[in-house]
Amino acid sequence: MSTAPDVVITGLGATTPLGGDVASTWRAALAGESGARTLDNDWATTYEIPVSFAAQLKVAPAEVLPRPEIKRMDPSAQYAIIATREAWADAGSPEVDPERLGAVVSSGIGGIWTTLDAWDTLREKGARRVLPMTVPMLMPNSPAAYVELELGARAGAHALVSACASGAEAIGYAVEMIRTGRADVVVAGGTEAAIHPMPLAAFAASRTLSTRNDDPAGASRPYDVQRDGFVLGEGAGIVVLESAEHAAARGARVYARLAGVGLSSDGYHMTSPEPSGRGQTSAMRQALQGAGVSPSDVVHVNAHATSTVVGDLIEARSVRDVLGAAADQVALSATKSMTGHLLGGAGALETIFTVLALVDRSAPPTINVTEPDPDLVVDLVRDTPRPLPSGQVAAINNSFGFGGHNVALVVTSV
Amino acid sequence: MAHSEQEILAGLAEIVSEETGLPTDSVLPEKSFTDDLDIDSLSMMTIVTLAEEKFSVRIPDDEVKNLATVGDAVAFINGAQA
Repeated sequence: MSTAPDVVITGLGATTPLGGDVASTWRAALAGESGARTLDNDWATTYEIPVSFAAQLKVAPAEVLPRPEIKRMDPSAQYAIIATREAWADAGSPEVDPERLGAVVSSGIGGIWTTLDAWDTLREKGARRVLPMTVPMLMPNSPAAYVELELGARAGAHALVSACASGAEAIGYAVEMIRTGRADVVVAGGTEAAIHPMPLAAFAASRTLSTRNDDPAGASRPYDVQRDGFVLGEGAGIVVLESAEHAAARGARVYARLAGVGLSSDGYHMTSPEPSGRGQTSAMRQALQGAGVSPSDVVHVNAHATSTVVGDLIEARSVRDVLGAAADQVALSATKSMTGHLLGGAGALETIFTVLALVDRSAPPTINVTEPDPDLVVDLVRDTPRPLPSGQVAAINNSFGFGGHNVALVVTSV
Repeated sequence: MAHSEQEILAGLAEIVSEETGLPTDSVLPEKSFTDDLDIDSLSMMTIVTLAEEKFSVRIPDDEVKNLATVGDAVAFINGAQA
């Protein structure tokens, strides 16, 4: 296995349904807590939405950000900025040449609250009441732009959109920015703030959401025979990626290497993963090859595993195809059982979980699996964390999204 | 119902404070929006939009460039009240 990957992770930041920062989120994840709760509003009854719960942020942005920032950012950008400030401080607020500093922050849905609020305003009060900041707030690159402005980054600011794979794709693109010499440091990740009645109704219309209204905490149950869809979540995950040389030169604390990136598309269907899982298999293989990692080096997989009937098993079969017999020794975790599905934020938050699993040598649990699907062909970490082996090891974070986007990231220990 | 100049100043100070984070008591009539309060053109248009709603007045785009100070805005809004 390669010991000289060129991109390392030096900072982590998050705000999630489990906690307002990385430490509290990780603590809750290891404790097997659920972030899903009944919504404190009347959307379900007012609009006859068949889902009355979601995994909302544990700490509201208004508790963290000054009011002018709340007013000029869509919630998706607010979450990204909260996570960015934590990640940047966690990395030691490095001195970086602005020309060598980049920002890649994605959202799967974009500024949906701003869009729909402005539409309401237009219809109810007319065009003169629509606020001038509406477009900068609703545009899908708004979180990336705010992060760019926050840090004064000049190497490039990007917002790649690939639905539920967006956060992972952002990190993958950031790795390429460093590898191709465009930047020394890139702040990257994903964010989502789509717990609004319209997307809730729309996801429910596509029959992809769990309707377990009487048991929100038990609703996200990847690989369980009773799974009935995902739980809509929200939040952001941001990492600071850095060339290994840059990190070493400043004596930075290094969490792990972001050693491999794999990308593919299914070319099959808008919402259903291709049944054989060939697209995901291809992405994971590319990521392992790029990292110079063999299947026997892999000890942990953080799966996309949204708790949908079809998607979970296709992914598990792909993991089995990629790792072969080595899959028997791999601790696979489905952390959406606790966080819900952060859509564009998911791949980034789960990269953070993957990194911390290697740092702490502890794979987080999958909760709510009372009866595993008999077709499950991987070794699922259930209920309590599982220790991971010592030594040089690797882990995979797998993501896929509507549109047939597949992104796999390989993280290796330092 | 018409607002007094004092009410307009207080209301405008609230809008400016929400937009900029400055304390309301720093939004004084003699303060320049650009030089003293560091308000850019986009923020100024936001303040105009919110002030129009709050005071039920119309502030035409052509007038905005003449509103250099908080006092200018208060006077315009006062004069524009029906």
